[in-house]
Amino acid sequence: MTPALAVRGLGKTFGGGRSLLGRPKPAVHAVRDVSFAVAPGETLGIVGESGCGKSTLARMLVGLLAPSEGSIEIEGKDLSDQTGDPVAFGRLIQYVFQDPISSLNPRKTVRQILEAPLIHLLGLDAAARKARIAELFEAVNLRKEFLERYPHEFSGGQAQRIGIARALAASPRILVLDEPVSALDVSVQAQVLNLLAELREAFDLTYLFISHDLAVVEAVSDRVAVLYFGRVVEMGQAEKIFTAPRHPYTGLLARSAPLIGRPLLRTEAAAAELPDPLNPPPGCAFAARCGRAQDDCRGGPPPLTQLSTDHETACLHPLN
Amino acid sequence: MVTLKLILRNRLAAFGGIVLLAVCCVALLAPLLPLADPDITDPVNRLKRPFSDGALLGTDHLGRDLLSRLIWGTRLSLAVGIAAALIAAFIGSAIGIVAGFYGGRIDDLTMRGIDMLMAFPYILLALAIVAVLGPGLLNALYAVAVVNIPFFARNIRGVTVSIAHREFVDAARLSGMGRLRIIWSEILPNVLPVIVIAMSTTIGWMILETAGLSFLGLGSQPPQADLGSMLGEGRKLLINAPHASIVPGVMIFVIVMSVNLLGDGVRDALDPRLRAGALSRPAAATRVERPSPPAAGKTDALLQVVDLQTEFQVGPRTYKAVGGVDFEVAPGECLGLIGESGSGKSVTALSLLGLVASPPGVIAGGAVRLDGEDTLSMNGEALRRVRGGRVAYVFQDPLATLHPLYRVGDQMVEAIRSHRPLSRQEAWNHSVALLEKVRIPNAAARAKAYPHELSGGMRQRVGIALALVNDPDLVIADEPTTALDVTVQAQVLALLDELRRERNMALIFITHDFGVVAQLCDRVAVMYAGRIVETGPTEEVLAAPRHPYTRRLIACVPELGGGRRALSAIPGLPPPVDALPAGCAFAPRCDKAQNACRQGEVVLQSCGMRAVRCLFPEGATP
Repeated sequence: MTPALAVRGLGKTFGGGRSLLGRPKPAVHAVRDVSFAVAPGETLGIVGESGCGKSTLARMLVGLLAPSEGSIEIEGKDLSDQTGDPVAFGRLIQYVFQDPISSLNPRKTVRQILEAPLIHLLGLDAAARKARIAELFEAVNLRKEFLERYPHEFSGGQAQRIGIARALAASPRILVLDEPVSALDVSVQAQVLNLLAELREAFDLTYLFISHDLAVVEAVSDRVAVLYFGRVVEMGQAEKIFTAPRHPYTGLLARSAPLIGRPLLRTEAAAAELPDPLNPPPGCAFAARCGRAQDDCRGGPPPLTQLSTDHETACLHPLN
Repeated sequence: MVTLKLILRNRLAAFGGIVLLAVCCVALLAPLLPLADPDITDPVNRLKRPFSDGALLGTDHLGRDLLSRLIWGTRLSLAVGIAAALIAAFIGSAIGIVAGFYGGRIDDLTMRGIDMLMAFPYILLALAIVAVLGPGLLNALYAVAVVNIPFFARNIRGVTVSIAHREFVDAARLSGMGRLRIIWSEILPNVLPVIVIAMSTTIGWMILETAGLSFLGLGSQPPQADLGSMLGEGRKLLINAPHASIVPGVMIFVIVMSVNLLGDGVRDALDPRLRAGALSRPAAATRVERPSPPAAGKTDALLQVVDLQTEFQVGPRTYKAVGGVDFEVAPGECLGLIGESGSGKSVTALSLLGLVASPPGVIAGGAVRLDGEDTLSMNGEALRRVRGGRVAYVFQDPLATLHPLYRVGDQMVEAIRSHRPLSRQEAWNHSVALLEKVRIPNAAARAKAYPHELSGGMRQRVGIALALVNDPDLVIADEPTTALDVTVQAQVLALLDELRRERNMALIFITHDFGVVAQLCDRVAVMYAGRIVETGPTEEVLAAPRHPYTRRLIACVPELGGGRRALSAIPGLPPPVDALPAGCAFAPRCDKAQNACRQGEVVLQSCGMRAVRCLFPEGATP
């Protein structure tokens, strides 16, 4: 079966090049050598802490940012020569933003916001647009009278529904959800997550769900990829990856999540910080924080290796 | 409409607007008014005084009627000033938007060009332009417009840069819009208010600059009258016939003053920051307007909060952010205040030491007793001693609460020395010791760092150390780990827990995360719509919540290890705190609500260590 989305060796470097005097400028490798495939109808969770490159990855996937290297293939169609062109991507893959309010232009009505993709991506006429908007609003459970209002009149949860409706407007095959609920309160968060699950069924969508909240990712995903310092360090089934992690970083993440009935974690040394992105370590980026690190970890970046059919990790000395 | 009302509410701006409107009307009606021809000379009647026959404002050195010349001249000056402002705003804004939106090389090139233009004194530049083009009113207009382009370009570029990186611009790109269309339909509507503000504050300048060029003889040419050339002609006769220069001078003053007053009003009304009250300085302590403090109850608690009510009075509306909150904190105890956004948990915390900004905040009732002493009736000096002394705060975003321009060590020294008579060196040593205490590696060196040089986790450690400098009895931590990554959050929580046990320090921990509360707090108070709906020992409340809101909120939180599943949600939204329903605030969303819930007050009923504000609590037999 053709995967809905296939990414090979994707990387993004910011800065770099040479200055006018020929001196090399500092370069930051925000994302390095990321490869994965997502099956149609699947939800791939992407987990990582701030600075791990998850937003850069998401922006490359929807065509907002041109990758420095690698290829993106959607439903078997190679879009590598159209990267950085959201129009080519827009009909296949769309994006839901973290902050629902700031992703809506404060000076446009909801109807104007929803019409934009219908006009520019699909080229629908006025009657068809009206019908499609009614359909979208129905799908995200919003009342029709909201269409003539402005974004500031909505609560976070309602605004996020509008954001989802906009993403769905051009009938894409894949949605990239970048922290879609982290700006929302818990009681509203579940409303939006459940809506997303219904929509996936109804429209046969494929999701990439990016979040820092492990519990949310586990609840909505089939598979999960853990990012650290721009690389995928572990990828596996959602129900196993946090209960039986193989990469020490995944283990640390799982142990750090505050959980009712679990005592506070006091294991990690205080110096635990991300490496300097301008001066990355030659080997495993996690080695400095890792209790299991040995000399060979500091030699070169450990490759992502298959542990079982659906579990990969980039660690030379994986947990049990 | 709202904007117009706001402008008119500002009396000075309204005055300026009325004066300007009157001047403009007169200038516009000039052809219809029964005025003498402004250019007909009549040497016999030269330099007549004002209020003489046939010439209300007198005549000039050629016997021309000054009133007529003044009105026609005002008409011309206004037209030139406004035209120059429009041209400068149009070209300058276009340059600014293009530079700010495209960025990179285009931005560099255009902005360096603008910088070069700005390097010349403006009058010199205007003179040079007129010198090249030749004197004449139209050329003066061009000169004034060109000279003012940089002002608009720089202003608008800055605003555009901030808008071009907003998410809705990305969203527009994903909707398939081209760049020009994005500039036109996404950027421009958001920049327009800034352009209007910039124009309203510069149009007065433009009129002055045009008058200046005419005064120097480079603008309007005789016999054509504008205010500047009238002033220039009158100047030669300043001693003999002062009215010839006073009349146009007063008119320039009136126009520029009214334009500026109105412009300031427009700016205040349109600028969202100013509209939000950035100009009104909050008082040193929250205003307290309570009938009388409730009687002191017998307690050995460190902090006793009784029926605390905090309101925000904005225009005709009153937002009851905190609507009667009671709780106690014993020495060394950790109380978790948990609630969703808008539940009043942060306002409660800030109210304890009068830190809610006033206006618009008002403490409308209740008492906060620290060891029996009411902090709400303390005077400024006593309150200052308590703040950061016995009671200290840790806030959510340490980058916003630490001063960006001072080294972290110096900020700690300042906090110590404003409470205790220590020498600088002693205070510095104490600060370094505390930074070590919060496990900042290489503390002596890090004390000399600026906040931006530290990572988020390190900054929050500094924030905690800063709260500890004066050995507080109570620390109030307002979502201190919300902005941090989970691995860092775990460390900071462990640190807080250790410190409070070691120092027997009481802690009020405000959060929206049940997992955090469970790990850290002895007792928990759940807030909803400005009130505590349930309180009790953390383990008991989490294991067997009594209030339906608590139960359902806990059910909403996904827990790690549960696998893929549908999550439970609470339909609806919390009620707005300026329109709370009668009875229980949760009733509209509650599946157990009955008629009784929607009528009258529901009180917080205690039962042993626990209390719940519900008529039909969970687990009770109906």
